[in-house]
Amino acid sequence: MTVTPHAIDELAGAGPRAGWLAAVLNFARRRPLGALGATVILLMVVLAASADVIAPYDPLATDYGAMLTAPGPGHWLGTDAFGRDVLSRMIYGSRTALMVGLGASLIGATLGSLIGVASAYFGGRVDLFVQRIMDVFFAFPVIILALAVVSILGTGVGNVILAIATPMVPRCARVVRSSALSVREMPYVDAARASGFGHRRIILRHMLPNVMAPILILGTAFLGEAILLESSLSFLGLGVTEPTAAWGLMLRGAAVEFAESAPWMAFFPGLAISLAVFGFNLFGDSLRDALDPRLRTQ
Amino acid sequence: MKRLAIVLALVSGAALTTWLPAHAQQPRSGGELVFPVPSEPPSYDGHREETFGLIHPFAPFYNTLLRVDPFDPSGTKPVPSIAESWTVSPDGLTYTFKIRTGVKFHDGSDMTARDVKASHDKIIFPPPGVGSTRKGQYSAVASVEAPNATTVVIKLKYPSGSLLAGLSSPYNFIYKADILAKEPNWYEKNIMGTGPFTFVEHVKGSHVVGKKFADYWDKGKPYLDGFRAIFMRDSAAQVAAVRGERAHIQFRSFTPKDRDNLKAALGDKITVQESPWDCVLLVGFNHEKKPFDDKRVRRALTLALDRHEGSKALSQIAIVKTVAGVQVPGTPFATPPEELYKLAGYWTDPAKSRAEARRLLKEAGVPEGFSFTFSNRGIPMPYEPLGVWMIDQWRQVGLNVKHNVIESRAYYGVIRKGDAEVFMDFQCGYIVEPDLDMYKFLSSDRNPANYGRYKDPVLDDLYDKQGRAKSVEERKALIRQFEKRLLDEEVHYMMTLQWHRIVPHSSKVKGWTITPSHYLNNTLDTVWLTQ
Repeated sequence: MTVTPHAIDELAGAGPRAGWLAAVLNFARRRPLGALGATVILLMVVLAASADVIAPYDPLATDYGAMLTAPGPGHWLGTDAFGRDVLSRMIYGSRTALMVGLGASLIGATLGSLIGVASAYFGGRVDLFVQRIMDVFFAFPVIILALAVVSILGTGVGNVILAIATPMVPRCARVVRSSALSVREMPYVDAARASGFGHRRIILRHMLPNVMAPILILGTAFLGEAILLESSLSFLGLGVTEPTAAWGLMLRGAAVEFAESAPWMAFFPGLAISLAVFGFNLFGDSLRDALDPRLRTQ
Repeated sequence: MKRLAIVLALVSGAALTTWLPAHAQQPRSGGELVFPVPSEPPSYDGHREETFGLIHPFAPFYNTLLRVDPFDPSGTKPVPSIAESWTVSPDGLTYTFKIRTGVKFHDGSDMTARDVKASHDKIIFPPPGVGSTRKGQYSAVASVEAPNATTVVIKLKYPSGSLLAGLSSPYNFIYKADILAKEPNWYEKNIMGTGPFTFVEHVKGSHVVGKKFADYWDKGKPYLDGFRAIFMRDSAAQVAAVRGERAHIQFRSFTPKDRDNLKAALGDKITVQESPWDCVLLVGFNHEKKPFDDKRVRRALTLALDRHEGSKALSQIAIVKTVAGVQVPGTPFATPPEELYKLAGYWTDPAKSRAEARRLLKEAGVPEGFSFTFSNRGIPMPYEPLGVWMIDQWRQVGLNVKHNVIESRAYYGVIRKGDAEVFMDFQCGYIVEPDLDMYKFLSSDRNPANYGRYKDPVLDDLYDKQGRAKSVEERKALIRQFEKRLLDEEVHYMMTLQWHRIVPHSSKVKGWTITPSHYLNNTLDTVWLTQ
């Protein structure tokens, strides 16, 4: 039998695909909590995408005649200390949360996956060296590492994304490496090596697609964590800066000072952060259950 | 007999009643004063720095030649400190200071007039490579001499009414001459003075600890055994520390809401002191960066602000209050409101003001939606609310502003290097005095703290003339001209709103009086704790 490079690539590919609608309905039926999480995420995405259309006010516009207005017909969720509409800032805040979350997860998961797969593929001293570097990163709690990065780079959305992505890289690399170690021993990888494929092609086309399940699960889990981390950094004054609409930022400053007389300033953004993290965690857990072959049979 | 007993009892009671409060106010020795400090200084050198982050934790380690009377709420009276007395020659050109004897440095050596001269030479005539932020305030000084161990003579080029105020600067720490001779920048990284407290430790980002100096020259003082200054950036944490009685006082200021919350929570355990504040946040324009080299653009940016509405609104949530020019409102040289409101950005019709701003921007070729970065200092109060307010005001004339919040220690590096385009700066005086308050705006070759990087000989000339004016009225007129040129014609800088100082502190703290300056009264020698 003649084995062509294309055939080897095919061997490394995925199995038969079902229709996406059926898959979604099946997922919702079998994992209702996951579906609830997905609904929260979907709502957040819709809010973020259509913020310009659905937000009742400009999130940056101040109205000093309406400072600290309680929730009511004019401002459904009240106003903050600058008279800015809390609902509008929350809607736009979902955009910031998703931008930071997706950006950080994408960078963290991509870099981590590449490092993890490459480390497993090369093995030996390379693996030893890379893993010891990862150990150094693991020695720091996530928030401390993010704080260190943001204190070097400064505040702002771009820097916060990098700060949050940094602690995610070693965690992703470690998980992906463990999956990639077993993939490395698969016959199609041996076949690719025997056919003289370069390292890059074997890593990117043969190994990486076969460790996508843990990457997807990690990415989803990271999203919720990234939103929480962004909120924490912004709350500490080291994340997104005023006047950008961001949930963590809405919790600090006057929201703390006026917590007793104007609790809506802190309550609604706090609720939004909790719901978003809850949604991503539920969805991530269900996704893990759905994609984990050991759990799939149960 | 019974009547006599009643009379005696009444007399004794009355005597006890009058004696007790007086006795209760007698200073008590002992205890550690704990206070949060919202900022940390870039170095330990008072001659170089200009932040309360240096004064609050490090002033207790030093003395100055003169000081501002610690019990005067106006904060305007120079009184003896290291100098026990002084005389002024009839022509006003020679000031002779008698230096105290028995003053010791913390290393045990004696402090003499030589140390005073060396310290003031460093401040007034710094050698190349040595930073002295306020040297321009002493431009009238021709020489500082120390003819013997107990005499310092300061000779002037021309009479200056503000010299004594300048010599009372809380930044003018007396350093040891021998150390300065070996290494002029030694005090940037080291601490060694004659103050009432000796340095124990500074854990960066955490705290500074000082303990009572047993050989302090003012016998009986300090009353405290020591102090602990805790660096705490977050204002909510500072309030929580005072509320939880883990800290006695925060010397800078709290917000009106913080004051109300603390008073409601702690009642009589909290004493509130308030004062107008000789502080204002300014917006600086880097004149070396386009389009801010164009005065039409700078004028448009000040015209965009509705200071009158801002004053009403922001005073409810921040430590700012009054619309002001270059002098604290209500003080002798302040511009009356009706005259001040003729300057650009002070007009009472915001629509007219903003229309003019748009016209100027268009004329200067600045397009609608033009984007620039506004660099702000990472101290929440009042930098953040004022930053948010201004960015929104600028949006209303079609400008798109990116807010770059820089951590307090790094902030000075950015604006000193000239990296910022438009930036928040501040002017805080330790005494309300036009010479000291307006010095900030002199040309960059005369004032190293002019971060706008401009030179304006006309402004410099007006400054010099007002300092040498022969009458109050003449000086007022010159100050008005200076103010108009600075804020209206050239708009080298623009003012935001004058601050209002509110210090709610533990009622256990005695011997401390609020003044319009948060740089004063931090030597802590007069402060004591009731328990």
